[in-house]
Amino acid sequence: MNNNEDKTLEEMTRDEKTHDERTLGETLRSQGISRRSFLKFCAATASMMAMSPAMIPKIARALEQARRPSVIWLSFQECTGCTESLTRSHAATIENLIFNTISLDYHHTLQAASGTAAEAAREAAMKENFGKYLLIVDGSIPLDNPGYSTIAGISNVDMLMETAAGAAAIIAVGTCASYGGIPHANPNPTGAVSVTDIIKDKPIINVPGCPPIPVVITGVLTQFLTFGSLPELDDIGRPMAFYGKSIHDRCYRRPFYDKGLFAETFDDEGAKKGWCLYKLGCKGPTTYNACATTKWNNGTSFPIESGHPCLGCSEPDFWDGGGFYKSISMPTENITKTVIYTAAGAAAAGVAIGAINRSRKNKAVASHSKTGIDDLSK
Amino acid sequence: MSEIEFLSWVRGPGFQIATIIFIAGVFIRIAEILLLGRKANLAEAKGSEMSSGLRTVLTRSVPDKATFQRSAYTFTAGYIFHLGLFVTIFFYAPHILMFKDVIGISWPSLPSPVVDAFTVVSIIALLVILAHRMSNTVLRFLTTGEDYLVWLVTFLPFITGYIAFHRMWLTSPTLIAMHILSVELLIIVLPFTKLMHSFTFVLSRWYGGAISGYRGVKS
Amino acid sequence: MSASLEKGINALKEQVDSSVAAFFSSCVHCGVCAEACLFYTETGAPETTPINKTEPLRRIWKSEYTLFGRIGKMLGLTKKVDDQFLTEWETLVYDNCTLCGRCSMVCPVGNDIALMIRKTREGMAAAGHAPEGLIGASKRAVTIGSPMGVKLPALEAQIRHVEKDTGLSVPVDVVGAEYMVLLSSMEIMNFPEFIGAVAKIFKKADVSWTISSEAFEATNSGIQIGVSDIAAELVQRIVDAAEKLQVKTVISPECGHAYMAIRWEGPNLVGKPFNFKVRHITEVLDEFRQNGRLKITGKESQRLTYHDPCQISRRGGVIEQPRNLINMFSDNFVEMPDTGKMNWCCGAGGGVSTNERADEVRLKVFQRKKDQLDEIKPDAIVSACSNCRIYLEEGLEEYNVDIPLMSLTETLAEHLAD
Repeated sequence: MNNNEDKTLEEMTRDEKTHDERTLGETLRSQGISRRSFLKFCAATASMMAMSPAMIPKIARALEQARRPSVIWLSFQECTGCTESLTRSHAATIENLIFNTISLDYHHTLQAASGTAAEAAREAAMKENFGKYLLIVDGSIPLDNPGYSTIAGISNVDMLMETAAGAAAIIAVGTCASYGGIPHANPNPTGAVSVTDIIKDKPIINVPGCPPIPVVITGVLTQFLTFGSLPELDDIGRPMAFYGKSIHDRCYRRPFYDKGLFAETFDDEGAKKGWCLYKLGCKGPTTYNACATTKWNNGTSFPIESGHPCLGCSEPDFWDGGGFYKSISMPTENITKTVIYTAAGAAAAGVAIGAINRSRKNKAVASHSKTGIDDLSK
Repeated sequence: MSEIEFLSWVRGPGFQIATIIFIAGVFIRIAEILLLGRKANLAEAKGSEMSSGLRTVLTRSVPDKATFQRSAYTFTAGYIFHLGLFVTIFFYAPHILMFKDVIGISWPSLPSPVVDAFTVVSIIALLVILAHRMSNTVLRFLTTGEDYLVWLVTFLPFITGYIAFHRMWLTSPTLIAMHILSVELLIIVLPFTKLMHSFTFVLSRWYGGAISGYRGVKS
Repeated sequence: MSASLEKGINALKEQVDSSVAAFFSSCVHCGVCAEACLFYTETGAPETTPINKTEPLRRIWKSEYTLFGRIGKMLGLTKKVDDQFLTEWETLVYDNCTLCGRCSMVCPVGNDIALMIRKTREGMAAAGHAPEGLIGASKRAVTIGSPMGVKLPALEAQIRHVEKDTGLSVPVDVVGAEYMVLLSSMEIMNFPEFIGAVAKIFKKADVSWTISSEAFEATNSGIQIGVSDIAAELVQRIVDAAEKLQVKTVISPECGHAYMAIRWEGPNLVGKPFNFKVRHITEVLDEFRQNGRLKITGKESQRLTYHDPCQISRRGGVIEQPRNLINMFSDNFVEMPDTGKMNWCCGAGGGVSTNERADEVRLKVFQRKKDQLDEIKPDAIVSACSNCRIYLEEGLEEYNVDIPLMSLTETLAEHLAD
């Protein structure tokens, strides 16, 4: 794998130098991608983004003629999982090639350059393509102390501000960049925030997931390249085409949920029969993502298909949304104790209040004055 | 506050607060009633208070034919609503999981489309009940602001539950959170209103049955 | 000492117990009790809904015995009980309720609404909001010994009459008799035949009995007006007489509320269990039947029905016995729709007949009974309460229906084999 990756890096470095002026179509053809498989990719993209089939030739034409855009990729408080997800494919897919053919001018995990040279590449790209380049961010940004995470002595927040200034649009890749993610989880020791918390004046597309699905990024890139526009987003900045439906609604185990057939443990009969994982804490009902349809590992499967409940990784604060193995309908805290303590306390309070009532009643009985026949009128 | 934060709040602190108020309120109300006490009946008994009381707790669920006919609307809508309430609360899988987490026991669930159907029927029954309350002379006379409040807090969990199940208009975490919040509102209001009848009906039926049964009348 | 709002409120406070608290806590304002009440069904006035009549008691319960009601009271949010409010409720509590208890049988949460209204009357009376008619009756009951003002000489005269007519002796003040028979003023004055019937049956049955010259009156205005102190005083007279004559059983006559007063409320009013039994006359007669002490000849073939007096059937638990007895002398007995514990009241019980102010509404709500009778069209009505009897007669006359009323005991006596 490492060899593979190195090769890709080499290719990319070469591309940067020699093919700057080539269109995407030319690049793809030069890499031996047939027109047939290119159109297949376009069709898949169109369907994924809920576009009409009539749009396929348009996408193809636009993509073929698109100039390779300059892309700057900034990695902040992250685990490189997002990059891994996007680069570690089993085969050289078209998605990969799309990545390979963009002009990735700065990505400190992937680029060969380091130190001053690397930063110089970023600055050069920013200057050359000011106002036109795409900024991709993965990882959250610490605000409590800028020193928690720096690159070349520049704090994450400074680098983001500086780089975002000339970006045409920003794609926040992964839940950390989109919503703060794991660094943001309680107690959030670094004061981590998302890109949208800092940048207010640029179009930002959130592609959350831990990690996110690669095809979502290529989809967004495709649209950007095709129409020069950004996809329709939901109210937390996610492309509707991919995040418009919940995992639960698209889940192939949904019929078991409706029938009330659940796996109770990971190794019971229900689990073996592939029944619904709701009781094992599946967050499918509250998670919006495309896993159930696009799947992972070259369309092999997705977590639920492998027998594990959805963790809800594409949702804000998924790490703090109660236990992974606790169902959504369960209270997140230990309520049993609360019930017992409250009941005990309330029983005592009730007895006290009851005693007061009792004494009020006794007082009324004690102050009873006998009513005789002469006491019936005023 | 993000959607998941909202959901986490209603599942966490919100649920705690509501549970505390609910449990404390119910316990205090029941203690208040029971500790008032009742004088022992000195008349020679003709029947057992205990068994008559217990029998009435059950039998009062079914009106005699003539009584049913005289208040057919109230009984029919009331029956359907209470049945729907029972099924939706106790036989929807996610609800059972909640009970399991709180009280440690669980039981089989009904298929969700069945529970969904009961929800629709209950919603209709509740609307009928409201219309009846607003149009019937006696009910209009008896109705206080509390009655409408109680209707509303009972209606909200049904309608939010229905919307959440069908994911209408908003996204799921918000809908589920709103549903849980509406239930929290319901259980917070319960001990302070006539909704207490969900617990005290056992006491009142028992007392009513015991008073009659002591005199040898099956009530 | 005279009546005052303060005394009334205190009396209401005394009346609240765990059952009342449970009842009020459970009421959901469903309105089912209205349809069980003849005062609502026949007038259509929503304020006559039974649970509404308990409002004075409810307000006191809420503001005195609930935590939140007390907080509300401190904040001045609770509804007050004042004289104006009690005046408004007086007619509902006394004129528009016979304490028949039909509402208590239908309440979906099991509330004994009639009991609550009975308790509400305690507060009303102590606050000086009892109707004149009931105040007068209570005064006569305490001072003269009978709400109708019947004195011992009047009874003695009737006894002499009966003895002369029947040739039977009517024992008075016989120490050690098995049974002590109580009478209602109504029977003494309007239906002295009842005394003769008792004399005849008890002679045939060969059991010893007596009337007490000191406590012959069975009725109890105290429980109708809602003054337990007065009711207790009246019950105590009977207890004293029964103990003095060392009887085993005191018999309550054909009078509904008298049975309630002596059988069910009595020991609780005087605060100790009786050392004698209390039975309704039909209970005793049915016991005679079971023991084979009653031999009947000739059967009535006319269509007979039985009007259940509320305080004897629904509130008293004596439901089967009258029917067993009627079936002895009738082969054409027919039940009314809504019978036994679900029977409809004649409209005159619970002190309504003693309260002239309620005459108009009493006759109006009689429509319910009339409708009930129209469904079965009986030739005659048997009852075991002389108050029911008189006011059924009056109601039928008002509605131009000609159905005679019969006393169960008297009719049975007529059919005794020689």
